[in-house]
Amino acid sequence: MDNIAGTKSSLTWAVHLSVIILVGLWLFPTVGLLVSSFRTADQIATSGWWRAMFPAEQNLVLRTAAPAEQVQEGGLYVIEGNLFVEDGNPRPEATISVWGTSSRDVAAYEVGDTADMGEDGRITVAENGDYRLENDTEFEGRRGERVFVTAKTPPEFTLRNYQNVLFDPSNREGMAKAFFNTLTVTIPATIIPILVAAFAAYALAWMDFPGRALLIAAVVALLVVPLQLALIPLLKFHNEIGIGKGYLGAWMAHTGFGLPLAIYLLRNYMVGLPRDIIENAKVDGATDFQIFIKIILPLSFPALASFAIFQFLWTWNDLLVALVFLIDSTGETTVMTKQIVELLGTRGGNWEILATSAFVSIAVPLLVFFVMQKYLVRGLLAGSVK
Amino acid sequence: MADLLLTDVAKTYGGTVDVLKNINLDIKKGELIVFVGPSGCGKSTLLRMIAGLEKITGGELQIGGQVVNDVPPAQRGIAMVFQSYALYPHMTVRDNMAFALKIAKKSKAEIDEAIAKASKILQLEPYLDRLPKALSGGQRQRVAIGRSIVRDPKVYLFDEPLSNLDAALRVATRIEIAQLKEAMPDSTMIYVTHDQVEAMTLASRIVVLAGGGIAQVGTPLELYQKPENEFVAQFIGSPAMNLLPGKITGTGKQTTIAMDAGGEAVSDYPSTEADMGAQVNVGVRPEDLVETDGTGNHVFEGKVAITEALGEVTLLYFERVGGADPVLGKLPGIHSDLRGNTVKLGATPDKVHVFRDGQSLLYREGGLKRTATTDNLDVAVH
Repeated sequence: MDNIAGTKSSLTWAVHLSVIILVGLWLFPTVGLLVSSFRTADQIATSGWWRAMFPAEQNLVLRTAAPAEQVQEGGLYVIEGNLFVEDGNPRPEATISVWGTSSRDVAAYEVGDTADMGEDGRITVAENGDYRLENDTEFEGRRGERVFVTAKTPPEFTLRNYQNVLFDPSNREGMAKAFFNTLTVTIPATIIPILVAAFAAYALAWMDFPGRALLIAAVVALLVVPLQLALIPLLKFHNEIGIGKGYLGAWMAHTGFGLPLAIYLLRNYMVGLPRDIIENAKVDGATDFQIFIKIILPLSFPALASFAIFQFLWTWNDLLVALVFLIDSTGETTVMTKQIVELLGTRGGNWEILATSAFVSIAVPLLVFFVMQKYLVRGLLAGSVK
Repeated sequence: MADLLLTDVAKTYGGTVDVLKNINLDIKKGELIVFVGPSGCGKSTLLRMIAGLEKITGGELQIGGQVVNDVPPAQRGIAMVFQSYALYPHMTVRDNMAFALKIAKKSKAEIDEAIAKASKILQLEPYLDRLPKALSGGQRQRVAIGRSIVRDPKVYLFDEPLSNLDAALRVATRIEIAQLKEAMPDSTMIYVTHDQVEAMTLASRIVVLAGGGIAQVGTPLELYQKPENEFVAQFIGSPAMNLLPGKITGTGKQTTIAMDAGGEAVSDYPSTEADMGAQVNVGVRPEDLVETDGTGNHVFEGKVAITEALGEVTLLYFERVGGADPVLGKLPGIHSDLRGNTVKLGATPDKVHVFRDGQSLLYREGGLKRTATTDNLDVAVH
């Protein structure tokens, strides 16, 4: 950044403050989503994601084992076990502070106390959830006694949400198919416009032909055309030429809508490449095509990469174009944005599903950005002239 | 390694703006021709026209006996070294040098051999696998030269190749180019510069361009000793030649001029009866002025305003008289004591140049052959 005049502005603190605010604005929801996606529905309901790293105090309703488990010890019928063991799955360790046998008074007893439930017997609960239920008469019924405990549970994270959302084939609301559909739309919709635009940008920047200035003006003019304007006519056109709704139509639509910006960006970058380098290549005998492939394309890599990032993010997050040109009644071509919109309707209360689905859909853009961001700042021209 | 012949070459932009016209040059094989001139005189344009990067809008250009007006640059057999080096930044030094050969579909063995040879001449062997950004300015310049050597061109074109280097490196690289020329005596080189030291030291002939045409063509010493017009007289040599007005009072093999400011000059330039009484400019280089003992004729008399003692010589800046350019003298030795004094200076007849209407009396009918193609020389020199 040594091309910036002056050394230290008196407003540095304002810059730092804005950076902190921006980072916070960006980071908080993202981290929240990420953390929430690893929590169970219970945890999300009882505490915020920022408390996920700390033990949580929870009120739980647990049951003792069913009367079928009882054993006879002398004159007593006894059921022993651990409250946290459910269907044979041990729960993570938790520490009980108080407990009760009625929903009206969940903190009636201290740990180690014995509660007398009359003809239902006497129960003693230890700190770790071990209990002993004994009675003079035989236990009856099919279900165990309810015990209300207030317990501190250690932080717990689970991959079950992801398993559910991504790998459960029976889940019709899963994201796996939508994920691959989105990829199928996005990758060609990024590559095709770059290919076309790079050729066009070279011609507009470095080749002499009549009407060049007019073409550039037309490209700039197209930048301001809102895409909504073209949706219906384009769809009609697609239907008439027999493409109908489908990937091809979506690729073409994304390509068309992305081209003006792509050509404009790339042309401006290429026009700034040193003329001497291109003239030298001409003296060296290279044809326009060779100059393009061997000189211009490698040197334009930062511009290509930055446009690729833009186009990728735009098509990845797109809902409108997909709805118009791609998604039909079969639902086979649903993309992730559409899937999440549907989840909001059908599973609006299941935050763990929503958070996981949302994170699945932002994970790839994040990855792309972090992998490619160095190309945005790399000056490939260092050392070529002067 | 070929002759170049430029016949009435012209360059017009948009059909109206004449940048260059009437350029006639006959460049022989093995010559190192330097184009000099003030900025905007079209010297780079002329070079680019020879390279094929600018269209020739009039006249004819022959390289090796073949008209190449409409031949693309690559087929003209030229190689060009750009001011900015124009290295391909994403390729190593080796790939930079190999680029043209790969385009020409040369075999790998041939390419390797050419690169080995060129990098040996230019001492680039340790740097072959580096990227241009890892090289110093002088090394980049050598790579740019190496890139042209590997192509073994008929004509080398240099477009101000040293102007991006610092002073010390410029001298070193200038000597390298001179040695390179020495090593390749058959190669024809055209070199554009605005630095007259480069021009004087490198050139076998200098072409001074000004006012859209050629002001003079000749060897460095011809330009220095027998400038064809006032423009060349003042452009070549530093500090510039003094021009002092006077009237011709004696003609013949020698010319006598009565100076307007007093004094008398005698020149070895011949003149005719018709010149008698004509208003002329007498040109004397600062280094040719000598102190008179007060008795002989003086060409110039003035009060010294400033002295600059450089050790080996002392520069005298005289007070301006009227609107004329200030006169400079350059005396050997140290003369700081002359400041504020009025000094009379003279010159020997062989060092006194006479210009009538801006043209040297030497280059007239019956005298030396004119090489200038333009009379439009009212260009500011410096």
